[in-house]
Amino acid sequence: MSATALPAFRAPNPILAFIRAQPLGAAGLVVILVMGTAAVFAEVIAPFNPEAIDFMSMLAAPSADHFFGTDAFGRDILTRIIYGARTALTIGFLSSFIGCTAGGLLGVASAYFGGRADLLIMRLVDIVLSFPIIVLALVVVAVLGKTAVLGIDLNLVFAIAIPIIPRACRVVRSAALSVRQMPYIDAARAGGYSSTHIILRHMAPNVLAPYLILLTAYVAQAILLEASLSFLGLGVQEPKPAWGLMLAGDSANFYQEAPWMILFPGLAISLAVFAFNLFGDSLRDWLDPKFRT
Amino acid sequence: MNQVLHLDEGCSHTRPPGVDEPILSVEGLVVEFDTSRGVVRAVDGVSWSVRAGETLALVGESGCGKSVSALAVMRLLAKPAGRIAGGRIMFQGQDLLSLTEGQMRERRGRDIAMIFQEPMTSLNPVLSIGLQLAEPLKIHMGMSDAQARERSIELLGLVGIADAERRLAQYPHHFSGGMRQRVMIAIGLACNPRLIIADEPTTALDVTIQAQILELMKDLSRRLGITLVLITHNLGIVARYADRVAVMYAGRIAEEGPAARVFAAPRHPYTVGLLRSVPRLDRARGGMLETIDGAPPNMLHPPTGCRFAPRCRWRQDICATDPALRQVVPDQSSACHFAEDMPPPPQPLSGHALAPPNAGAMLLEVKGLTKHFPVRMRGFFGGTATVRAAQDVSFRIGRGETLGLVGESGCGKTTVGRVVLQLEKATGGQILFDGEDLATVSSRRMKELRTRIQVIFQDPYSSLNPRMTVGGTIREPLRKRLGFSAIKAQARVEELLDQVGLLREMADRYPHQMSGGQRQRVGIARALAMEPDFIVCDEPVSALDVSIQGQIVNLLAELQGRLGIAYLFIAHDLAVVRHLSHRIVVMYLGRVMESADRDALYAEPLHPYTRALLDAAPIPDPEVERGRAARALTGELPSPLSPPQGCVFHTRCPLADAQCRSVIPPLREIRPGHMAACIKI
Repeated sequence: MSATALPAFRAPNPILAFIRAQPLGAAGLVVILVMGTAAVFAEVIAPFNPEAIDFMSMLAAPSADHFFGTDAFGRDILTRIIYGARTALTIGFLSSFIGCTAGGLLGVASAYFGGRADLLIMRLVDIVLSFPIIVLALVVVAVLGKTAVLGIDLNLVFAIAIPIIPRACRVVRSAALSVRQMPYIDAARAGGYSSTHIILRHMAPNVLAPYLILLTAYVAQAILLEASLSFLGLGVQEPKPAWGLMLAGDSANFYQEAPWMILFPGLAISLAVFAFNLFGDSLRDWLDPKFRT
Repeated sequence: MNQVLHLDEGCSHTRPPGVDEPILSVEGLVVEFDTSRGVVRAVDGVSWSVRAGETLALVGESGCGKSVSALAVMRLLAKPAGRIAGGRIMFQGQDLLSLTEGQMRERRGRDIAMIFQEPMTSLNPVLSIGLQLAEPLKIHMGMSDAQARERSIELLGLVGIADAERRLAQYPHHFSGGMRQRVMIAIGLACNPRLIIADEPTTALDVTIQAQILELMKDLSRRLGITLVLITHNLGIVARYADRVAVMYAGRIAEEGPAARVFAAPRHPYTVGLLRSVPRLDRARGGMLETIDGAPPNMLHPPTGCRFAPRCRWRQDICATDPALRQVVPDQSSACHFAEDMPPPPQPLSGHALAPPNAGAMLLEVKGLTKHFPVRMRGFFGGTATVRAAQDVSFRIGRGETLGLVGESGCGKTTVGRVVLQLEKATGGQILFDGEDLATVSSRRMKELRTRIQVIFQDPYSSLNPRMTVGGTIREPLRKRLGFSAIKAQARVEELLDQVGLLREMADRYPHQMSGGQRQRVGIARALAMEPDFIVCDEPVSALDVSIQGQIVNLLAELQGRLGIAYLFIAHDLAVVRHLSHRIVVMYLGRVMESADRDALYAEPLHPYTRALLDAAPIPDPEVERGRAARALTGELPSPLSPPQGCVFHTRCPLADAQCRSVIPPLREIRPGHMAACIKI
């Protein structure tokens, strides 16, 4: 096709195009954006203080005062869910980002070097993969203890990120293997550039699509894992609000009298995971050229 | 002949209409495709017809609509994006477009068969050949299993597949590319169709196999009276096999007429340009190729008026109005306002001669290069086998000289290039670059030398990083290896873009915003940025259209003349190699067969394989082709996993005898500077 005619082509608005092609993914994105806004502006939006104990209204049913009711300490559940979104999204994003980036770079390097290095890395990955994700996270939390920075438990983030690393590594490596075969990589090798330069400049940008898909998909996983760990008492500690934590402790004793105590946090977890999965799936289809015309 | 008679019993056709009646005529066909960027008229009012028993060639560059118009005949356009928006397709007096889908289905395969380009993917890999052959027989002819089997065996025999009975039970992966194409032809022939449409049937095949397949198709169409529509971009094939030719450009017919006449006296500037821009096997390098400037138009916004006008050297004001396809001389039509005053047939190459090599100064000397690849066999205990990709390959390249490395796929030519570039480590032998052996230098020294040795790849679509702009791609070697400052690098990028004939603004574009020819120019600019002494060109023009090919070939020749760069030019196209090279090395199954100066090699090829290669390549001139005997090399390329004992070529060699099966012939000097590896000469 003639190059002179090309500038006449104007790219359609990518956001509109995404909504038209992937309405479910767009719905997921809307949910994510709503949760993100809630997390950022929690102080403004939330009607109460998340840690304020009010013995006058313990286990209050949903009402005009407390839309989602209160828990055994009289804390407003809606407020705690809004603040919980902050915990869930920060830890979810951070761990997914760390896990996918570390795993992705490892995968790209493994594919680039090939041979023995690849064999070694992939067998290590296999070993780590052989542990169930929750068991591995439990071990890491138990070993590392707690290190809080800016109110975020970094060790919890690592505990969730580490099981993600081998999974991301595998997926990115398979994409990188085909990039490795491309002549432009040979051209870069013939140019005499360092391996680091070739990996970062030529290979990594070309596996961006699978990386982004993994990133969103593992945010959902990480949120779920954070909730599980908190539920088991190894994650976020009271009185900090966290969705998994809200399901544990007193909720287990009072759920028959006060089902809203577990209903709303449970819904929040499901909705977040569902939204991220929807968005991740659509993003995969959207970025896959085979699905685009 | 009794086979043919037998075949005719299989199905009874109404007698074909009179010889002058077209069996198929496409009239004013319009095909549109919906794309995300708008409606593309891929075929815009095209008419062509083919008479019974004739061979019509549809020629044109990629995207000109030749395949689409053939798919429209079969009503096999991709739905729902593609649709026939106008015109008629008359087949044996019936408009195919008026048939119901069910009626059309009965015609497909039975009356009109189609053969596709990719023999590797057009057969179903999970069904046996026998089943795939029997399918049309049972569906269209209502044959029983036993009848279909008998007929299948007959068909395989007809297309030259030996041991047919056993091969029916085999699956496509047991067959080589050429053999699969034979199977496709057998399937096409199954119901004794009146018409076969072959869409680039040999483009994916090697030149000796291509000759076999085309000879077979021509022979069968003559013996069985089948009409052939051959879609191709290769003008040599047209000259050798077609009776009539229709040249397509940008969705329209540019010229139509008897092949001999179109080649001898073309009536459209595009045809003239095409014929002039093809390097020819039978003509010595005299200088620059004449080329057609620019690239084919974007079909989303085709130019108004004559579609070729923007690239036409004889353009006048009247060309802003659309020229109709009209008869210029009896039986030959052209869509050009000046069809009557077309210049005479293509002249021999003109222009200034290319710089002679800087004789004497040796740059690269490869001695006894050997490269083996271990290949794991199937199964846990399969062990490994060895592919001998290159065995004892030796050659020399002087400064500013071009060495052409020629051979069919799997001959090891690309491997040799990769070892010279040190992208693969040699198993044995020396690669002396300016006196230093690349096989043994330290990696630090190799890194230094890499600025002097560069590479240009075949595929302009995958040899550029899609995430980097053109400017970024060319700037990288300057900044990272030559230590240019940002400002100096920017100036040099612009200089390099000028040098390879690209616009400076293109520095901000990404590869997908450019055409194939432009991308190849970027690849050349990237290589030039290092200011190398030597460039390995691995099939740099074989993925490009004919009119673009000439531009790139000229650019490479011009740069060599100006900058004194030496090339290792790897290619399978003997004509392109002849045009660019000073010396030529012919390889077959990892070994050098012959090595000589270019003119000596083409004038008096010594090795039987070189002769076979030259015979197999068709020349785009019907006059010349008529004088050449059809001497297709028989047999298949042996697997490089188990090359033949003795001379690797003996399985296909017309001269081979018992001695050839045991002795590996050494490369010896038969005439001064002319080496060949054959004991029979």
